[in-house]
Amino acid sequence: MLEVDVSGRAGELALKAQFSASGGVTSLFGQSGAGKTTLTNMIAGLVRPDEGRIAINGIPVFDSVSGIDLSVQSRRIGHVFQEARLFPHLSVKANLTYARWAGRRPSTRSFEEVTGLLGLSGLLNRKPGTLSGGEKQRVAIGRALLSDPQLLIMDEPLANLDQARRNDILPYLDRLCNEAGIPILYVSHSIEEVARLSQTLVILSGGQTPAYGPVADMLARTDLGRATGRHEAGALLEGRITEEADEWGLTTVDIGGVELYIPDLDGATGEAIRLRIRARDVAVALEPVSGLSIRNVLPGQITSISEETGPYAEILCSVAGQTVRARITRASVAELGLSEGKPVQLLIKSVAIDKRQRAPGRS
Amino acid sequence: MALLVALPAAICVAYVLARYRFPGHGAVNALVHMPLVLPPVVTGYVLLLAFGRNGPIGSLLRETFGISFAFNWTGAALAAGVMAFPLLVRPIRLSFEAIDPKLEEAAKSLGARRIVVFLTVTLPLALPGILGGAILGFAKAMGEFGATITFVSNIPGETRTLALALYTATQSPSGDVAAFRLTLIAAVIAFGALIASELLARRLRKQLGAEDA
Repeated sequence: MLEVDVSGRAGELALKAQFSASGGVTSLFGQSGAGKTTLTNMIAGLVRPDEGRIAINGIPVFDSVSGIDLSVQSRRIGHVFQEARLFPHLSVKANLTYARWAGRRPSTRSFEEVTGLLGLSGLLNRKPGTLSGGEKQRVAIGRALLSDPQLLIMDEPLANLDQARRNDILPYLDRLCNEAGIPILYVSHSIEEVARLSQTLVILSGGQTPAYGPVADMLARTDLGRATGRHEAGALLEGRITEEADEWGLTTVDIGGVELYIPDLDGATGEAIRLRIRARDVAVALEPVSGLSIRNVLPGQITSISEETGPYAEILCSVAGQTVRARITRASVAELGLSEGKPVQLLIKSVAIDKRQRAPGRS
Repeated sequence: MALLVALPAAICVAYVLARYRFPGHGAVNALVHMPLVLPPVVTGYVLLLAFGRNGPIGSLLRETFGISFAFNWTGAALAAGVMAFPLLVRPIRLSFEAIDPKLEEAAKSLGARRIVVFLTVTLPLALPGILGGAILGFAKAMGEFGATITFVSNIPGETRTLALALYTATQSPSGDVAAFRLTLIAAVIAFGALIASELLARRLRKQLGAEDA
């Protein structure tokens, strides 16, 4: 449980942020320069806000009214920075246990459990200088986890890694987010990471927090286009694998009475997964279409059409109780006579569902 | 001896100068560097005025602790220490400044108190610079002449440093052999110190994972 309501300065930018997040993974999402790092530094106690209140699990760590401002050391926040910030003169093992021997933090979490979770067992005697970027970042995460934190902040842990390294580390983050057992604040400017890892989304734009809420609801909102970046727009669907890959290599996923067929998805029957479907990959038809290569055709009902000028319209449709977002031209909207409440068929090219965005959903 | 006392003091001063900006920062910096630019004889004379038997600091020390610096070996050590101080401070300060404060932030977020952060992160990372400073300071202290002879004179067995002894030997007509012997000793000590520091520095670099840099 994290409550933040602070104002302060981030360089030239006036920062005013207000959100609260229950347990699980909360993403702080915004473009570069939106003030994400400053805000996390305020929560961690590295930067002092001008005024406001920050509370973790109901206990204030900063409160300008009652004059509370706990030191970095006593906030018990595990902080994973953009650059791993490992101590270069210490072995991986000494880095991991630093909080215990230098910070006198209790060993609430077993060392073996953390090294196992992050795949660090083989690296313990190495020096940070000999590790790859992804390995460094995993050590940094382990080091923070072993400091007995009540909140874990991860400030763009993947930002300095190339795509291949990111793909290496993401499965570890999946497991971490599911098994950490403490609230996590995950900072990112990548909507893919946010959609994959988090339950709550806080949008930070120009130093302000215009909106926060459950991640699927936030991604479905059409009024936040500028803050989230238009080309990224899409929607999240929660589902469960009902049939493993068939002879054609397609896996069947049930999203609540409606089935989707997804290629290259290796998961076991019954596994909960989360799918992200980009708005630009969805087309709209009035009737079921025959003679079409697209396999995923979902019946839905239009819930809203964005009032925008410009050539495109954002359409939200309800499908089996979830929301799918489509971007089509305004010309098509007029031609098809689309309006709110109208039943439609949504055509999704199955290849548009990227297996990298597979993530354990809330179960 | 001079080095043992001066080194911790130099580390403290260097750290403060590197990490903090305060009123009088420039003045402290200038004061530290004074012995480097002043003629050594001036420094020796100032020491004599301050720490001599009747000097303000000298008489205070003598009355409260019974310590006297004037005309004995502790005085020679003090002179050497003061002269070596700026040479100690400079490289140490530079190596402190080269350490990323972000590492110290990370250590704090892991619960380490300031002094622990300094001992476990800052100091080990600054070791190469501290070593460099110590070697420079050692060389300066060994060769120190002007301030020593002004402050504590040249008393055999008491304040006669290597440099002073060498000077004395060259002044007497029969001192050639002694002078040559002293030169040899000086060369051996200096050479040994340089080799030792080089070996130490190499080991430190390896420990810090220099292949990364």
